[in-house]
Amino acid sequence: MAEAGPGIAAGSTGRTLAQKIIARASGRSRVLPGEVVTCRADLVLLLDSGGPRRIWPRLRELGVGLHDAGRIVLVSDHFVPAVDAGSAAILRLTRDFAREFGIHRFFDMQGIGHVLLLERGLVQPGMFICGGDSHTSNAGAGAAYAMGLGAIEMTGVAVTGEIWVPVPETIRVDCSGRFARGVVAKDIMLQLCRELGMDNAFRAIEYGGTAVAAMPLAERAVLCNMAAELGAETGLVEADATTLAALQAAGQQPADDALAWRSDADARYLEVHALDVAALAPQVAAPHSPANSAPVTQFAGTAIDQAYIGSCMGAKLGDLRSVAEVLRGRQVAAGVRLLVAPASQQIWAAAAADGTLAALTAAGATLLPSGCGACAALGAGVLGEDEVCISSTNRNFRGRMGASSAQIYLGSPYTVAASAVAGRIADPRELLA
Amino acid sequence: MSPVAPLAGRAWLFGDDIDTDVMAPGLYFKAPLEEMARHCLEAVDPAFAAGVRPGDIIVAGRRFGLGSAREQAAMVLVQLGVGAVLAQSFGRIFYRNALNFGLPALFFPAAGEILAGQRLEVEPVAGLVRNLDTGREYRVNGIPAHLMDMVAAGGLVPFLRQRLSRPPAEQA
Repeated sequence: MAEAGPGIAAGSTGRTLAQKIIARASGRSRVLPGEVVTCRADLVLLLDSGGPRRIWPRLRELGVGLHDAGRIVLVSDHFVPAVDAGSAAILRLTRDFAREFGIHRFFDMQGIGHVLLLERGLVQPGMFICGGDSHTSNAGAGAAYAMGLGAIEMTGVAVTGEIWVPVPETIRVDCSGRFARGVVAKDIMLQLCRELGMDNAFRAIEYGGTAVAAMPLAERAVLCNMAAELGAETGLVEADATTLAALQAAGQQPADDALAWRSDADARYLEVHALDVAALAPQVAAPHSPANSAPVTQFAGTAIDQAYIGSCMGAKLGDLRSVAEVLRGRQVAAGVRLLVAPASQQIWAAAAADGTLAALTAAGATLLPSGCGACAALGAGVLGEDEVCISSTNRNFRGRMGASSAQIYLGSPYTVAASAVAGRIADPRELLA
Repeated sequence: MSPVAPLAGRAWLFGDDIDTDVMAPGLYFKAPLEEMARHCLEAVDPAFAAGVRPGDIIVAGRRFGLGSAREQAAMVLVQLGVGAVLAQSFGRIFYRNALNFGLPALFFPAAGEILAGQRLEVEPVAGLVRNLDTGREYRVNGIPAHLMDMVAAGGLVPFLRQRLSRPPAEQA
């Protein structure tokens, strides 16, 4: 075992969480990185974007139905609410699909699918999940192995219940320390995109350490969500008391073995990447890549047209509260629009009840419906030619939010809010001091 | 022509980090595939969609197809007649999508040695890339063994059709 890395015992028999879940889902006692195995999906996430509209014609072509409608969670989130006849037709087709195949877990305009899975407690530790969207890894926050796939492959999963899986190596990201005020999980991820790069196919990213242990599930989801930007197979966090408490808060009973879904103490990692979050500054990624990141001070002063709080990444309740914290007693700068699309209906309700939404609108923010919206250039808030936007979303590729000449900067909700007030990219620590 | 048969075409060069948003822009999501294909990669090479000919080969740097899971990124390349994609590395979902549509995607570390417009021959099964203009040959990893039947069938849907139409007793 000459290839054993630093700090890893040669011949170690310990298994990572990713290996344990894949072994269970493939019916094997153990699996090793590099093997290719076939797993059964415990939960199949279909979205209006790449779900029924793309899968149904193929089911017809094949003359088959669904393998198990009971495993499917169907969510309309990309094209909601309809903005034209085309999106209305897609949403109608999605409803028809749910009815035709008897899909009971259908969330129509209830929020963004990745957020709903955790919010509704649908993710049990140890689950193997397939989803027709790259950010399916978000569910890894619940100690699941969640794999993002294209619609064509989701057709196969829907029909057979199975998928081929390359058993990944695992990179462990150990986060220690306490965040400075105005610094959050998003800043970790923008820094990691730069440090780990975006070329991590056939690897899983496992996040842990004291800083992750202290995070609520929604912040852990930020880490797992942006494993997609690292190019990884998935991201995941080991089960602990927070995982169980989140399930219970959602009205779901954790499975008996829930706390067992952790890596072994002697698990064999490809690499352990240590990060002290106390030393972390707010990060901003410049166009046109999440890896093009640096401390916010590098970009401070860049004038913006739009500030966007939205998507599965950056519009959860904690994010909206962070924005309100910055905005209270302040106004969005003249000539700048701050658009806020809360990630789910439950988040809307909670943010309305606790005064967060009022704080946002008092400062001049415009509230938009829950959904993928401008993040995917599908809903309200799309960018025009040469416009500059700072966004709490997860990717800033050319044309991602509209015109291909638009410039998208990524930042945390704190940084987006501070920039909206300043009218240019700004360090939130100055406003929170 | 079988997707695993040898093929030849002209090289179209792309650099690192060609994401699926520039292959299949969100603004054209509701448009027919033919229209989306006309805008494929226009943000990085406005001449590509109009100039690419059936059988032409994309030669790219690292992380080709990173980002969104949108299968249209692979579909528009097939629609435009692209014969194969050779890249130093791939976005993981794009890689799977390409093979699922019967579009050979091969890891090609020597992508930097190819010039735009050179004629290439590719043998996806044997794992061979031949530069017909320079005579150089490159050994690469072919299509993974566990996916060969699927790619040879023309992609996942034809493969599923074969599998589902077989009597259960034959399904190993």
